[in-house]
Amino acid sequence: MSMRFGLVESSQMVLPLTYPALWVALCLPCLLGVLGAWLRPQRTWPILLAGLPLVASGIVLLMIVEQYGLQRWQLEWGKLTVQLRLNGLSVLLLLLTQGLGLVAALYTPGELRHADPAQRSLERWLWPLLGILISSLSLIWVAADLLTLYVALELMGLSAVAMLLLPGKVEALVAGIRYLLLALVGSLMYLLGVALILGHWDRLDLAGLVQVVEAGPVAWTAAALLGAGLALKAALFPLHAWLAPVHGNAWVPVSALHAALVIKASLFILLQLWSVLIPDSIFAAQLVAWLGVIAIFWGGGLAWRAVELKSLVAYSTVAQMGYLMVVFPLLLGPGISASVQVLAWQGFWLYLVGHALAKAAMFLAAGNLILATGKTSLQGLVGASRQLPLSLLAFGVASVSLIGLPPSAGFTAKWLLLRAMVMQAQWAWVAALLLGTLLSAAYVFRVFRYSFVETSPHYAFRALPPWLDGLALGLALASLLLGLFAYGPLNLLQGDR
Amino acid sequence: MNAAWLPPMALSTSLLAAVVIFALPENAWRWRTGVNLGAALVKLTLVVLLGYRVVEGHRDTFRFPVVEGIDFVLRADALGMMFAGLSSLLWLCTTLYAIGYLEGSPNRKRFFGFFSLCVGSTLGIALAGNLFTFLIFYEMLTLSTYPLVVHRGTPKALDAGRVYLRYTLAGGTVLLLGVVLLYSLAGEHSFALEGSGLEVFLPDYRGLLLLIFALLVGGLAVKAAMVPVHGWLPRAMVAPAPVSALLHAVAVVKAGAFGILRVVYDVFGIELSVELGMTTVLAVAASITIVYGSLRALAQEELKSRLAFSTISQVSYIVLGISLFGPFGTIAALTHLLHQGLMKVTLFFCAGNYAEELGIHRIDELNGAGRRMPLTSLAFTVGALGMIGLPPVAGFITKWYLGMGAVQAGMPWVIVVLVAVSMLNAMYFLPILYRLWFRLGPAHGHGAWPEERRLGHMETSAWLLWPMVATALLSLGAGLFAAMPFSPLGWATAVALGDYLP
Repeated sequence: MSMRFGLVESSQMVLPLTYPALWVALCLPCLLGVLGAWLRPQRTWPILLAGLPLVASGIVLLMIVEQYGLQRWQLEWGKLTVQLRLNGLSVLLLLLTQGLGLVAALYTPGELRHADPAQRSLERWLWPLLGILISSLSLIWVAADLLTLYVALELMGLSAVAMLLLPGKVEALVAGIRYLLLALVGSLMYLLGVALILGHWDRLDLAGLVQVVEAGPVAWTAAALLGAGLALKAALFPLHAWLAPVHGNAWVPVSALHAALVIKASLFILLQLWSVLIPDSIFAAQLVAWLGVIAIFWGGGLAWRAVELKSLVAYSTVAQMGYLMVVFPLLLGPGISASVQVLAWQGFWLYLVGHALAKAAMFLAAGNLILATGKTSLQGLVGASRQLPLSLLAFGVASVSLIGLPPSAGFTAKWLLLRAMVMQAQWAWVAALLLGTLLSAAYVFRVFRYSFVETSPHYAFRALPPWLDGLALGLALASLLLGLFAYGPLNLLQGDR
Repeated sequence: MNAAWLPPMALSTSLLAAVVIFALPENAWRWRTGVNLGAALVKLTLVVLLGYRVVEGHRDTFRFPVVEGIDFVLRADALGMMFAGLSSLLWLCTTLYAIGYLEGSPNRKRFFGFFSLCVGSTLGIALAGNLFTFLIFYEMLTLSTYPLVVHRGTPKALDAGRVYLRYTLAGGTVLLLGVVLLYSLAGEHSFALEGSGLEVFLPDYRGLLLLIFALLVGGLAVKAAMVPVHGWLPRAMVAPAPVSALLHAVAVVKAGAFGILRVVYDVFGIELSVELGMTTVLAVAASITIVYGSLRALAQEELKSRLAFSTISQVSYIVLGISLFGPFGTIAALTHLLHQGLMKVTLFFCAGNYAEELGIHRIDELNGAGRRMPLTSLAFTVGALGMIGLPPVAGFITKWYLGMGAVQAGMPWVIVVLVAVSMLNAMYFLPILYRLWFRLGPAHGHGAWPEERRLGHMETSAWLLWPMVATALLSLGAGLFAAMPFSPLGWATAVALGDYLP
């Protein structure tokens, strides 16, 4: 498993071209953020122009990985050593982060223009925070030692909390402070775990740890501490209660990035660390899987009963993370055949990426609907299908992927996961996955049911600039097409790259 | 020579049309009509071309890998072309009809956009070259039909939409499970293989094969509206008449029936299906559906509901034909796929015309309508007689071949079912014809029509009239000229004798 994360010792020379691309990918977002705070862009084209070099760096790195395979860097500052590695998986996630970050940045001027002026006093700070968030996420995907991971995780968490606090509403402050406290608790547990590992094995680089870690109380305790801390940050059931209130009051692009990437980053670290520490554990993976089954139904049920549009989308995240949790026993543990593990591995990441795209699209579309109708509840959508066809179409296409209906990344991923589960004869999880699909269809179609109502008086809707809908629709279509054209990305995910 | 571009191009005509229609503004009536009709004509041409190439012996195939070991395959074969031809031809007729029917009503852009998506999905189902591809388009059909069912936005329509989704999504999930199990057992399985290749699993995995068959057919039966999973169809009749006509009488239910055809003939193979004992189960289930649908139709007082229950009954003739596992049964099944589509579309067009022109929804309001709307009533008569199975209308051929197939398969009880159901058909259609032609009504000065509108110079608007006349003539022609080489019967015979002899 750890090999699939690219955690291998290799003596391969690093290509000189990779350094500039790597530095651009890691540092440019921060620089652009500072620039944004200074210039406060009101239009989309400067943002687009500024984002292009960033995405270009990601594409260069992608081409390098495709051509030459796994890349590793070791940076030393005095006694401090930073280990970085880039394999197919991390480059895919890096590109996803850059793409979603760019879309969120493009959406921001439109959101701010329509926001309540009272909430805009701090809007200047959104840009640097966004930059730090993208940088730290990028660092998480490439970091290969526990200390760098910790720094990146903290940076990401703090910038995310700060972004959620920016609207300055009382509810946002309450939810944000609660999130901050929980995130700090999570960090503390993570640090304890790291301290344990450092004390016992005296090293922090993951590739080295793979060699020396042996199963035993220390590994289990460390895995439990790290796992609990990260599960809290990833809003894994039952530690999810902070999630929905946070989204209810945040700005739309912030919610989109948070649901799409921030919580996924914690899950990424969790799976990576467990694959190092407890690759053969049965109990931990089973526990996560059963919690995942509960999450699918609990989160789905909450979404089904949600009154507000945004909380519906947020609760659906809880359920969707459940699907990813259910895959854990097919990835970790003894006696999993290689073919099952390949299917599960591919399905897991395809699901994660597909969900990131779809969920971001859904938040943007929901934001458009709320901006245009001026109402935050599902009831407020009455008659929207006539007035806001594009926003609804974006929402619909995103929900196709979210439910997991073909042709979408959600469907292809579910297909892979189902096959892995059938081959492993895990019928309980097959049932959970299929019933969960029906449940998500049930809560998503509530939105459409309201929007198709024609018999009520028509409200006045605000006209939105078409590119706001375009951004949401673009993301949704990307998530849809990824399902059909998954062959290339999945090939890149194989561990030997 | 493999013209790989041809299947995706035929498919993309309706998908592109949908995109363009969504992009056009709501009031761009002329542009939308132009795009609709242009795409329908182009698609019909491409499908005819594909059919011609199939006759020539080509099997145009387009494929690319989706994940390791699973391909997205579009492939034109003889069986698929039957369904593709039906849906393309009727798309043209129904589009014309829908343009007239929806004139002046709101949300036409949404309607025509999703309508094109639906028809695109049907073509995808017809051209799908393996179960994975089939599943993709099958679910697309479910999703793109929902906005059409709830089109009117009334509470009744919204409830019908909810019921529709419950049934079809649950059916789709069952189907998905079956397909995943099949792929896990046997790997990628193309419809193109000679024989099923599944026989090797029979000794060791008999139970699993039975389960897979049950899941696949059970999932498909939801769309084919077989009893007891037929509940969505009568409710979905709240949709506008063109939707009922094309989608619920033809596309959606036929997608289910066509899927069962594929599963029995191309996935399991008829021999293995007989070996598993599933054909008898299918025959019994189909017979129950046929009788039940007819009995319920008898009790309906609304015209569209009666037609809906009649659809439930008629579609299962296809399943019955499959289960008779002989050439005659196969021919009956394939022919009925086309004939029932033509006749049922005609009947629904007529029902829509009565509703639009005279405001008639209930059967007892039809008295004397033959005098007011002679062409519509003639078309209705043709369709109804065809459904009963009177020569020379197309429906007769199906019943004849079904009977012969039953004798051949050694299931004489099927003939009893057929005779009984023909009686029932007559019992629920003939009173309507009697009312149309022989009872005195508003046209003779007795009472008034519920809501009369004069939509055109003739008995109703030309948009509504001529598509209906065309489909009525086609149903008549399919029966009269059944012996010609490219009639539905001729094509079905070629398919059955060429590929599907057990």
